[in-house]
Amino acid sequence: MVTLAPMPEPTVTPSAAPRPVAVAPAAPANPAARAVIEIDDVDFNYGAARALHDITLNIPERQVTAFIGPSGCGKSTLLRCLNRMNDLIDGARVSAGQIRIDGVDINDPRVDIIELRKRVGMVFQKSNPFPKSIYENITYGLRIQGQKSKARLDEVVERSLRGAALWDEVKDRLHESALGMSGGQQQRLCIARAIAVEPEIILMDEPCSALDPIATAKVEELIHELKKQFTIVIVTHNMQQAARCSDRTAFFYLGKLVEYADTRTIFMNPANPQTEAYVSGRFG
Amino acid sequence: MKATTTAQAIYGRPTSAKRIETGVFWLLRLCTYFVLLCAAFIFWDIGAKGGAVIFKSSAPFINVPFLTEAPETLNVFDYQGGKRTMGDRAFRQFKAEHEAELKGVPVETYVYSAGGIFPNIAGTVLLVLGSMLIALVLGVLSAIYLSEYATDGPFIRFLRLAIINLAGVPSIVFGLFGFGLFVIAFDFGVSLLAGWLTLAFMVLPVIITASEEALKAVPKGYREASLALGATKLQTIRNNVLPYALPGILTSSVLAIARVAGETAPMMFTAAFVMRDELPWQVQRWTEFVFQGVMALPYHIYVVASKIPQNEYTRDVQYGTAFVFLFTVAAIAMTAVILRQRLRKKYQW
Repeated sequence: MVTLAPMPEPTVTPSAAPRPVAVAPAAPANPAARAVIEIDDVDFNYGAARALHDITLNIPERQVTAFIGPSGCGKSTLLRCLNRMNDLIDGARVSAGQIRIDGVDINDPRVDIIELRKRVGMVFQKSNPFPKSIYENITYGLRIQGQKSKARLDEVVERSLRGAALWDEVKDRLHESALGMSGGQQQRLCIARAIAVEPEIILMDEPCSALDPIATAKVEELIHELKKQFTIVIVTHNMQQAARCSDRTAFFYLGKLVEYADTRTIFMNPANPQTEAYVSGRFG
Repeated sequence: MKATTTAQAIYGRPTSAKRIETGVFWLLRLCTYFVLLCAAFIFWDIGAKGGAVIFKSSAPFINVPFLTEAPETLNVFDYQGGKRTMGDRAFRQFKAEHEAELKGVPVETYVYSAGGIFPNIAGTVLLVLGSMLIALVLGVLSAIYLSEYATDGPFIRFLRLAIINLAGVPSIVFGLFGFGLFVIAFDFGVSLLAGWLTLAFMVLPVIITASEEALKAVPKGYREASLALGATKLQTIRNNVLPYALPGILTSSVLAIARVAGETAPMMFTAAFVMRDELPWQVQRWTEFVFQGVMALPYHIYVVASKIPQNEYTRDVQYGTAFVFLFTVAAIAMTAVILRQRLRKKYQW
């Protein structure tokens, strides 16, 4: 039996290494928060293979929701359903159920997928800044929307970079290639690029998996800041990360949602023995 | 248990595997050197003999008439005890002036052995530019459709197979196709337009296949990032796929340039004249520009090398034309290479 009970802090798990940068413990999630994303009995198929079974969960506004689970459990698939990124894959489709954002079924044919993606931004596992300047990266989303005003673009660049805690590091080289930045900076640039189009929801698909601990800590701090403004859904392989920076955690296994609750509950007092085995490091 | 120590094993006589390795390495090396040697011999032969025609030992060091005049018939005759060679126009003038002296003197004539090859250079450049423009536009658009829009299925697979097979069709078949469709059925006549379209179709498979590969080589992350920011597919391709694929597309077009410039069979069916007095821009109306036939370097080489009686005078024209032809193709290809380097520098990833 793993001794979870005597742990005083919900954000510290048995195997957590000392952190180089302190991250504030997750505040208790506000249970009254409005559910901005409602996932209702969703099945998802890649061709004939079913990747998700009967997923039902509500994601509250302006909180961080973490999806955890072993590889291949469907957490990234579900995340990519939320801005219909799976449309890019031939034969991939939501085969049953509904995903509603703000009450609208996003798989309805009348939904404008472009507008949806403007409202539901995404940060990817592998940082993918365009091979252009930092400035062009940030303004890309606005320029394709037809924004031409230099003053407005400059303002957005500064606001987004400050929002991503990157401004002081790059303000003197905005017109240099983004590929000259470090890995952690590139990922924060991708976050800045995502918030530049002022989405409501930000999806993060293992944003720190390629980063070292210091860069990871910076991104986690950033997530803390961002949830004041945005609803954040984060997929992570790193349980400590989920424990440190999420308000609610969903544990997936083999395409099913095993347990979904407050992060504190999932890590301290999980209802399901599978969840407990996973968060305590006995499998996965 | 072991017969030898590690020291004995790693130091000393090579094992048989090592000897085979060395043998194969030398075989591969010699094959490569042999190919290079053959290519070097061809270039040296054309360079030496053609260079002798193009370059002169006295100022202006370049055989300017050869590069600026049209081909003429060469007249060879005895005059005042010596052999004189003269182009047609010069000879007519000379004859008028020396009417009496030339009476009864036998004059040998050799076609295309005097003058220059300027109309051929101009025609080749026009053919290459026009057909590459058509081929790149059609090819890149098709490649974008195949790589970015089309969902894989039996039909698309069949289409791809057909395109690849098209690359194996001999150029003379393309020539006949162009002759049948553009020259006769569409009534373009032997014209630049018919040549452009035929040559473009001939290199389309190369361009489509290579462009598709270049587009596919662009990391998926750029597409996803762009789409996730609310860009349409078209905006994504325009801003974050095509620019990064352009260097690869240009690489394939360098090969295509060499092919459209050099494939003689389609040209002689659809666009090339053996001899034409007017230059391409000396047309009555600009609307007729694309409906005129032109002279072309490869066809000229074919004509002077195999369609006219061979003698000591034709050799210069053959080598000179081959030299200029190689140089012209290299110059056009270099433009594409330089363009590619610039793009690579701009979009490094």
